[in-house]
Amino acid sequence: MAKQSIVPFGPQHPVLPEPVHLDLVLEDEVVVKAVPSIGFVHRGLEKLVETKDYKEYVYIAERVCGICSFGHGMGYCQCLEKIMDIDIPPRAKYLRTIWMEMSRIHSHLLWLGLLADAMGFESLFMQSWKLREEVLDLFDATTGGRVIFSVNCVGGVLKDMDDSMLKRIVDTVTDMEKELRPIAETFLRDYTVGTRLHGLGMLSAEHAKMMGAVGPMLRASGVSYDARKLGYAAYGDLDFEPVTAADGDSFARCEVRIREIFQSIGLIRQAAAKIPAGPIAVPVKGNPNGEHFMRIEQPRGEAIYYVKANGSKFIERFRLRTPTTSNIPPMLEMLKGCQLADVALLILTIDPCISCTER
Amino acid sequence: MAKTKLAKSPWMLHYDGSSCNGCDIEVLACTTPRYDIERFGIINTGDPFQADILLITGGVNFQSESVIKQIYTQMPDPKVVVAVGICACTGGVFKDCYNIKGGIDTVIPVDVYVPGCAARPQAIIDGVVKALEILQQKREAYAAHRRQGKA
Repeated sequence: MAKQSIVPFGPQHPVLPEPVHLDLVLEDEVVVKAVPSIGFVHRGLEKLVETKDYKEYVYIAERVCGICSFGHGMGYCQCLEKIMDIDIPPRAKYLRTIWMEMSRIHSHLLWLGLLADAMGFESLFMQSWKLREEVLDLFDATTGGRVIFSVNCVGGVLKDMDDSMLKRIVDTVTDMEKELRPIAETFLRDYTVGTRLHGLGMLSAEHAKMMGAVGPMLRASGVSYDARKLGYAAYGDLDFEPVTAADGDSFARCEVRIREIFQSIGLIRQAAAKIPAGPIAVPVKGNPNGEHFMRIEQPRGEAIYYVKANGSKFIERFRLRTPTTSNIPPMLEMLKGCQLADVALLILTIDPCISCTER
Repeated sequence: MAKTKLAKSPWMLHYDGSSCNGCDIEVLACTTPRYDIERFGIINTGDPFQADILLITGGVNFQSESVIKQIYTQMPDPKVVVAVGICACTGGVFKDCYNIKGGIDTVIPVDVYVPGCAARPQAIIDGVVKALEILQQKREAYAAHRRQGKA
């Protein structure tokens, strides 16, 4: 047996923009075991709910993570709307869906760029992020923010889009679709990318389910599961099928995310065509009392929100289980047996969001 | 000559103190074609030993404190620190959290503060350009100090 050695990975690491620490137990170049330690970004946001007004906390919920910020605000608001038995106007539901899908496009393009960067494919990184700026421009025009929007409120949304704006969104995403094709082609057909990703970090469907993988990780292993199918917001009215791939390796994860960008573009088109006229929010009076538990599909996978209120304006407990939390155990499993040089790439393929995980 | 060279090719290091990621992706967006911070000769590096400018996003929590101190001491003199985003400046919305110590200046000296939640790329670039001037001043002071030492 070869000699074992422990190599620390992180918290400050060139490949990952966020701090995460792993102790890698190596036998020569091969990883035998990976021991994670987290907490470098922990702020204690779940506790903060006890001292903030429940309407004010929407802004904190959005700042759980800067990439999935819209989804976190939406999940929290939807919980409170269920507790307080508020029926939000259909237009607000459609607006939320459009913003959520735009978030998905921006998150997946961001991930594609980081993946290319981790492989040393610098120009592909630049191309992906250049394309991503188009979505950020749309966010800027519709909400006033590029990454943190603050448009959700309990009872609906705060800002409306007029017809010319909806047309601009549809036109922009249609243009993006054309520009995305050559980038997608490079990811899926390029020899260098292929040799780096094919067969790396295999996760079978059975294993993925057992370890509790969610989102693109689970779908890349061939399991057709998408929380959007639950029909929250306007997803019940839209026509789509979960994107899956059979292989379960890093390449399949890349493929699923690329196809999900195209799917999101389609969903935005559908929603913009179907959006009903009407108000965008209903007035909310009184304080919540009761508890609710709900799931939504974030770009990285299924997130779970739980809110328990006691009739005062302060919430008693807010619990958030983020997709990365559930994707860490399968990641540790995948790391076993891989080469040291592949570790950074493998961590990246789960699309880790440490800010979400540690809150 | 060495003076101008440093001011024209500073290397930048980014660390996430305990931010929400919003400012982090904006810092990265600065390096991409739309904003292109590399036109100032800046290269985004991952190695503290080669970095001149440290961009920190997010406030300081009790676990990241030692990491930030370590990165700061690993960087060679002269160096400048840019606090990106309101959390890095003061603690921001996370100020009341039990695990947040406050802004970056509670741990290491900060030269430039960039406000905003999330800080916009334009603001970050402005902050970095200001940091370049400070870096140049520090460099001159450092060189004068060394000359004095030799004499």
